[in-house]
Amino acid sequence: MLKMIRNFVLFLSAVLLLAACGQQGGSGKKSKTLSNTKKAGFVKCGVSQGLPGFSNADESGNWSGVDVDVCRAVAAAVLGDSEKVKYFPLSAKERFTALTSGEIDVLSRNTTWTLSRDADIGLTFVGVNFYDGQGFMVRKNSGIKSTSQFQSGLSACVNIGTTTELNMRDFFNSKGIKYEPVVFEKADEVVAAYDSGRCDTYTTDKSGLAAQRTKMKNPDDHIVLPETISKEPLGPVVRQGDAVWEDIVRWSLNVMIEAEEYGVTSSNADSMKDSENPAIKRLVGSEGELGAAFGLDNDWSLRIIQQVGNYGESYKRNIADTGILPTRGPNQLWTKGGILYVPPAR
Amino acid sequence: MKFRNLNFGLESNSKIKSYLPQGLTLFVIVFIIGFFAFNAQDNMANRGIEFGFGFWGQEASFDIQFSLIEYDGSHSYGRAYLVGLLNTILVSVVGIFFATILGVVVGISRLSPNYLISKFAEVYIEIFRNIPLLLQIFFWYFAALRALPLPKDAINFFDISYLTVKGWFIPRFIWSNFSIIFYSVVAASIASIIIYTYAKKQQEQTGKRIPAFWISSGLITLLPLLAFFIGGVTLDFEYPVLIQQTSTIFNFRGGIGIIPELIALALALSLYTATFIAECVRAGIMGVNRGQKEAAASIGLTPAQVLRLVVMPQALRIIIPPTTNQYLNLPKNSSLAAAIAYPDLVLVFAGTAMMQTGRAIEIVSITMLTYLTLSILISMFMNWYNKKIAIKEK
Amino acid sequence: MIGKSVIFKPNRENLNLYIILGGAFFIIGLLDVILNSLLKANITSFLPLNLSFFTPIFFGLIGLHLIRIEFSGNKILDSINKNINSNWFNAFLTLLVIFILIKIIPGLLNWLFFDADFVGTAKEECSREGACWIFVYVWFERFIYGLYPNEEIWRINFVFLTLIISTILLAYSPDRLKKYFLIFLLISPFFLWKLILSGGNFGLEWVETNAWGGLSLTFIISIFALLFCFPIGTFLALGRRSSYPVIRYSCIGFIEFWRGVPLITVLFMASVMFPMFLPSGTFIDKLIRVIVAITLFESAYMAEVVRGGLQALPKGQYDAAKSLGMGYWRMNFLVIMPQAIKLVIPGIANTFLALVKDTPLILVVGLLELVGMIDMAKTNPKWLGFAAEGYVFAGFVFWIICYSMSRYSQKLERRFKTDR
Repeated sequence: MLKMIRNFVLFLSAVLLLAACGQQGGSGKKSKTLSNTKKAGFVKCGVSQGLPGFSNADESGNWSGVDVDVCRAVAAAVLGDSEKVKYFPLSAKERFTALTSGEIDVLSRNTTWTLSRDADIGLTFVGVNFYDGQGFMVRKNSGIKSTSQFQSGLSACVNIGTTTELNMRDFFNSKGIKYEPVVFEKADEVVAAYDSGRCDTYTTDKSGLAAQRTKMKNPDDHIVLPETISKEPLGPVVRQGDAVWEDIVRWSLNVMIEAEEYGVTSSNADSMKDSENPAIKRLVGSEGELGAAFGLDNDWSLRIIQQVGNYGESYKRNIADTGILPTRGPNQLWTKGGILYVPPAR
Repeated sequence: MKFRNLNFGLESNSKIKSYLPQGLTLFVIVFIIGFFAFNAQDNMANRGIEFGFGFWGQEASFDIQFSLIEYDGSHSYGRAYLVGLLNTILVSVVGIFFATILGVVVGISRLSPNYLISKFAEVYIEIFRNIPLLLQIFFWYFAALRALPLPKDAINFFDISYLTVKGWFIPRFIWSNFSIIFYSVVAASIASIIIYTYAKKQQEQTGKRIPAFWISSGLITLLPLLAFFIGGVTLDFEYPVLIQQTSTIFNFRGGIGIIPELIALALALSLYTATFIAECVRAGIMGVNRGQKEAAASIGLTPAQVLRLVVMPQALRIIIPPTTNQYLNLPKNSSLAAAIAYPDLVLVFAGTAMMQTGRAIEIVSITMLTYLTLSILISMFMNWYNKKIAIKEK
Repeated sequence: MIGKSVIFKPNRENLNLYIILGGAFFIIGLLDVILNSLLKANITSFLPLNLSFFTPIFFGLIGLHLIRIEFSGNKILDSINKNINSNWFNAFLTLLVIFILIKIIPGLLNWLFFDADFVGTAKEECSREGACWIFVYVWFERFIYGLYPNEEIWRINFVFLTLIISTILLAYSPDRLKKYFLIFLLISPFFLWKLILSGGNFGLEWVETNAWGGLSLTFIISIFALLFCFPIGTFLALGRRSSYPVIRYSCIGFIEFWRGVPLITVLFMASVMFPMFLPSGTFIDKLIRVIVAITLFESAYMAEVVRGGLQALPKGQYDAAKSLGMGYWRMNFLVIMPQAIKLVIPGIANTFLALVKDTPLILVVGLLELVGMIDMAKTNPKWLGFAAEGYVFAGFVFWIICYSMSRYSQKLERRFKTDR
């Protein structure tokens, strides 16, 4: 009997100790996520369930897309190899809880940066890798050429828990149109419902519309209407509370954009080590000790550019060359008329 | 295997013997709850989230496809919760209604001496009972109802009702002075209850039987009809009309549109639950002693009378508890609506609202509490009924 | 009058006449329906539309009435009459069933077998007249093994083979070895999970539980849930009947809570709420959380089933055990439980069946078992529009599993029916 009590007390103390040990948050240069990632040997990356151009897997299970490239950049910076990533396809419903619960460390899933998401649910947006807006898709033979032709009684297919659901309401309300929202959990179900005729229109970010159109039975039967009804800055997200990890992800993305600004590509990155421009030298790691600020070695940015490429290469490879969106639109450098302007890496 | 008598040598001191295990259990429970609460608080503080129900009054900002009450995005999350709850109750009531009818019919058919009928019923039961409900819902929604035609080529029922991939459009009943009909129905029901009680008392006292069934059905049909013709109640129909919105988009305006999500869910739930109810009915009827049927036949009752007067009342005692269990399961199964786009409580509240507010703990707890309350209410009724009809044994 | 009675009341005297006449009418009605369904021909089209719909029933009813001869002396005719032709209502129902079958079955068989495509490797080879089983054939590995890497599938096969072999050994081994096989069977799943399925050691590549899926995931979850929910349910049932109020009420509360909430909210709780309840930084795999949630859920139902068995035992058993000086635990595990469990074997099998039927729900938290994989396959851009084939396949697989289990539980019930 005493033995039982003793065992129980030991067990209690063990549990309490464990609980107490778990209380250390990430602070200073110590980043729990960074050390866990290094120990595991791969970056846990949350992606979509299949959106061509952003995160999509082919038959052999290889993932590609601009969102995937962000995770690969983080892996190249932290672990030295951009292939050391495990991809977790998530629906819109579980994406945030997967992040807050620790199942993934980076959410790169064409997620819109909004105030309530940034402030209210324990997450931090670390940048924008695609500036977009919400639009509508209809069938070509419906004769609708603009959203001003929408009438009451319209049924619209949308994905649950997205900014699209809310923006749609604001838009239709402002026009006084009575509409029927049909909300599904998986993006694929939304597309299938629209394709079968259950809904008259399909709405999401315009990049998503372009990407999903390639997955439909007859892509040429559908058109994306010209109007953009909202701002949708899409970017990677991390958990709140790990400042070092935040910075790593943020600057991995920024480095890719800055590399394009200075003309550093995956092929010429090595040769740029002897460049005249000190900004370029910092980018390829031949000058300065930028890596130490995150607890990384100095070649972190060089590896990103070499293994993943700069932003322009990533965009071209995934979005332009696949025919989804041939032009850059607002996703062009500020020096060339777009709005990609990132803080300098110095 | 050896089992030691775990008495700890405390037989004599029975007070400690009874307090020790209880105290231990209490301690473990409190410890576990405290552990969870502590961690939850800590995690939320780390993420900057606050625990609270303040979101309840906030504006919802999203619309719901199908709602029995007035609702749009400017209403609060609390009202969205109510809409979801009403939708759940709606599909549950519809499901229970059809499942009961179908279940009773199939259950009785299963016992029919007609070989074909009973085999048919058996095949139906075996097929629909052994396939998961989620799969059945998916089949009806994604395979069957998606194959329906567009409004332009809708399936036409006598030109007043149309079946399309966007829903089933039926005429809307427009009453004026509806309250008169309503009160007449209520009055007729109360009158029939009184008649039944009176008839039962009469039968117990004098043995004479009053045709209570015919009298009350007559009342329930005639009284509202009278009210309809004399009371100035009018009934108009609003028919669904096909409107061409653009060169290929057609929609129906007017009338009531029953969304295909509701149809698929109600259909799948009814077919699935009916199999269980059929088995309950069959077990109930078979559970009545054969001697009862033989005795009833020996005093000259026809088979129909035997079924109605002798077998069913006794069978009901066996049928009702498991059937009530199925009635309990149906609303819980209706939560699967979240997988197709039917806006029930789970999809609206524990889906959209939870994702927009991020308040996972509060919302999931409220949802679970709602279902819990519903099942406790039904459980209490079942316990009361069980006690009332229990055969008091020694 | 005489004519009426001669024609309309068949009797034994002119047996053959009535049989021929009745048979003729019946066959005309049957032919009408058969031609309608197989050849789309309407031989009664000269009648107004709605009437021609009812002619087969009309003819059939007359035919069946004419052969309704009581005690005709012909054994086959008698059994037919007693069975399906005893009165007008019965005859009508019989005809209805026969005609429905004739209308549905040929079309169904056509779609399933005769017009269907069985061989091929690409979507283009589907002729789309019947079911395209090529879809199932191409995706078969994904349906069974989920997203597990193709090269590692042998590991899943190995695990299940081990379990099956040990079960067979357990069933057919001599009694003194049974103990060891039982212990092995109970403990091995954990090691198999950690070492083989997950890998990461001994040179096996690590496969994240996200990639597990398909039918194998259904079995994994069912096995683990069953392993745990049975003992937990038993203890809960005993606790519910305990004389200590604290234990009794906490067990009642626990059971009623899990029985009152839908499984979908339990899964949400496991995937969304549960991580918040753990110390920050600890992370438990989603699959483990889901299995824990399902186990707790099913253990409440199991507790009620076992409680039913405990209640059915006569009080005399308890009295006799106590009079032998047995304490609480000894009495329960040596005397009460064996009898109670024998009584509720069908209930336990039913609960397990319900567990297997509930596993498709995990697709709402992102774990893709069989139905989830079919969902993923049917929305793949190369294979759009094969929802029906996928769901029929899944329905067929589940039906086979569940039907065989319910049959087996009926057999068990008969075997354990020790008459008291």
